Amino acid sequence: MAMQRPAASAARAGMKDERVRELGAFHKLMRRPELGAVAGTVLVFVFFAMVAGDSGLFSAKGIINFLEVSAQLGIIAVAAAMLMIAGEFDLSVGSMIGAAGMIMAIPATLYGTPLWLCILLAFAVAIAVGWMNGYLVIRTGLPSFIVTLASLFIFRGLTIGFTRLLTGRTQVSGLRALTENDWLAPLFAGEVGQGLFLWLAEIGLIDTLRTGAPAVSGIPMSIVWWLLVTAIATWTLLKTRFGNWVFACGGDANAARNMGVPVARVKIILFMGTACAATVFAAVQVLDSGSADVTRGLLKEFEAIIAVVIGGTLLTGGYGSAIGAAFGALIFGTVQMGIFYTGVNTDWFKVFLGVMMLVAVVFNNYIRKKVTEAK
Amino acid sequence: MAANHPAIEARNISKYFGNVIALKDISMTVDSGEVMCLLGDNGAGKSTLIKTLSGVHQPSAGQMLLEGNPVVFNSPADALDRGIATVYQDLAMVPLMSVSRNFFMGREPVKGIGPFSKVDWVTADAVAKEEMAKIGIDVRDPSQAVGTLSGGERQCVAIARAVYFGAKVLILDEPTSALGVKQAAVVLRYVAQARARGLAVIFITHNVHHAYPVGDAFTILKRGTSYGTFRKNEVTRQDVLNMMAGGQEMEELSAEIEELSHADETRVQGDQVSKTTAAAAPERARAARVDDKAKGCPGPQ
Repeated sequence: MAMQRPAASAARAGMKDERVRELGAFHKLMRRPELGAVAGTVLVFVFFAMVAGDSGLFSAKGIINFLEVSAQLGIIAVAAAMLMIAGEFDLSVGSMIGAAGMIMAIPATLYGTPLWLCILLAFAVAIAVGWMNGYLVIRTGLPSFIVTLASLFIFRGLTIGFTRLLTGRTQVSGLRALTENDWLAPLFAGEVGQGLFLWLAEIGLIDTLRTGAPAVSGIPMSIVWWLLVTAIATWTLLKTRFGNWVFACGGDANAARNMGVPVARVKIILFMGTACAATVFAAVQVLDSGSADVTRGLLKEFEAIIAVVIGGTLLTGGYGSAIGAAFGALIFGTVQMGIFYTGVNTDWFKVFLGVMMLVAVVFNNYIRKKVTEAK
Repeated sequence: MAANHPAIEARNISKYFGNVIALKDISMTVDSGEVMCLLGDNGAGKSTLIKTLSGVHQPSAGQMLLEGNPVVFNSPADALDRGIATVYQDLAMVPLMSVSRNFFMGREPVKGIGPFSKVDWVTADAVAKEEMAKIGIDVRDPSQAVGTLSGGERQCVAIARAVYFGAKVLILDEPTSALGVKQAAVVLRYVAQARARGLAVIFITHNVHHAYPVGDAFTILKRGTSYGTFRKNEVTRQDVLNMMAGGQEMEELSAEIEELSHADETRVQGDQVSKTTAAAAPERARAARVDDKAKGCPGPQ
């Protein structure tokens, strides 16, 4: 009966009737944070299917290529999304990638430390760095933007400084051989599903090289990590207590604290999460290419933020999704490789990114207004 | 046992911050099924007193008793565990989160074991919906954001949450000050319901019109001391208002305003509107008084 009542008088009535909800399926869909990213992905695919349909972008090799680019970014974007939902930024991700790469490469090549130990060491350092970032943010009460901007420079500087001090160069190579005999490295640099691809090639579903081997030998581990991280993050956010706390911390840290949510602990854990994601990123790149470079991961923190924002997460926290961030990364990777395949000057990629980000933010703000619209 | 002892009792509570005496010798008892209204102007010590009762501050002197047993709270969580729930003005609500996510924030119902345990959102949604229905708010979709609720409903969610999680003493920090008349009525009705369920309610406000209908007793704070506790049958609404604002101060204020309006008059004398101004002077004085009162209350944000 309240359905026909105008909203204003209903609000004054103050009772149950005021909640006029004539949301159609469309509006319900609009409330999903990842909607924008999914729609954007479809758009991007349609666009490149028309423009670059026969350029090889959508061949098996091309697909694996853009998925790999997306996956690497996706791993850090998903972790960054969780942190951003909790209301914080981590700008030190890019530097952490460079640092983690060197922590793996230098002891292994210079001192003969087993590679698996170096990988574990890198993760240990990442956890320490994440803890420190989080602790500083909590204790100083400064915006995480400032604190992690400082660590961005500190860790990049330390990486360059120590690498030059120890090796005299800014690049360390020669990891390829070490990777092959290591038990832990294939977890980051290997491939899965080789048998499947052999079979696919046999029945002619994917192209073969001149040697008879399939054009794609398997799915790179980075893609597996991407899917795994996204799945775990999504499950955590939607189904666990910790997930509820993440939203609460970003939505209103004070309210969360009043209700007994351990805000400091949640945030510090998430900072550790972004640092660890950066280390996974570094492991994938370094072990796959066999070399580490001090400039690895440059600007990745901003690319991750772009992917997260395109994925529908609010910059101010409290609202967002890990799946959205994964799709944001997919858009990112597809456009990057798509532009490459179509032969357009890749300079335009950055223009696209900026515009895309702007559109996403405007769209997100509109969504937030819709979600919390008071009558 | 609870029948013989008040649900919560404060005995000669004092609180000092350095050399500042925030509270001096406050005593107050609240029984189960009773609404105690804590009234006072800004700076009277209302906030300090409830923060002391809810475990944020420890009293510098004096004692607190819960159902007759002396207690010391080290933290708000401590007080919460003992059944003292405080609904703060800032609501402890996250507008972007759903009703049921807010309802169970920090106390999510979990099913399953170890790393595979997950929050039982189906139960949570059902409970939130049911608890809200009990107070006459029909949440059609518990997954809708709290931000879509009106101010009064948000307060009710916060209160319903405290009641659901087993509060025996409910402390409400100015739950109606930011609300419109109708919205405030929703909250007041629920305060009365909480009382009927046998909770001891401490209702902090500086709006006598909100306090009087639901209050059983009124404690008036003034400059950190208690002006006294009065049962409802001992005082009228006007009495409470006078004691709270300080009848004398109010009179002085009226006189002052009267003077001001005279001054205004002289300024506009000679002007053609002077006649109307003179006629409107008492009217304006009254308006100014209302204005002043309004300033005391934080407006809706």
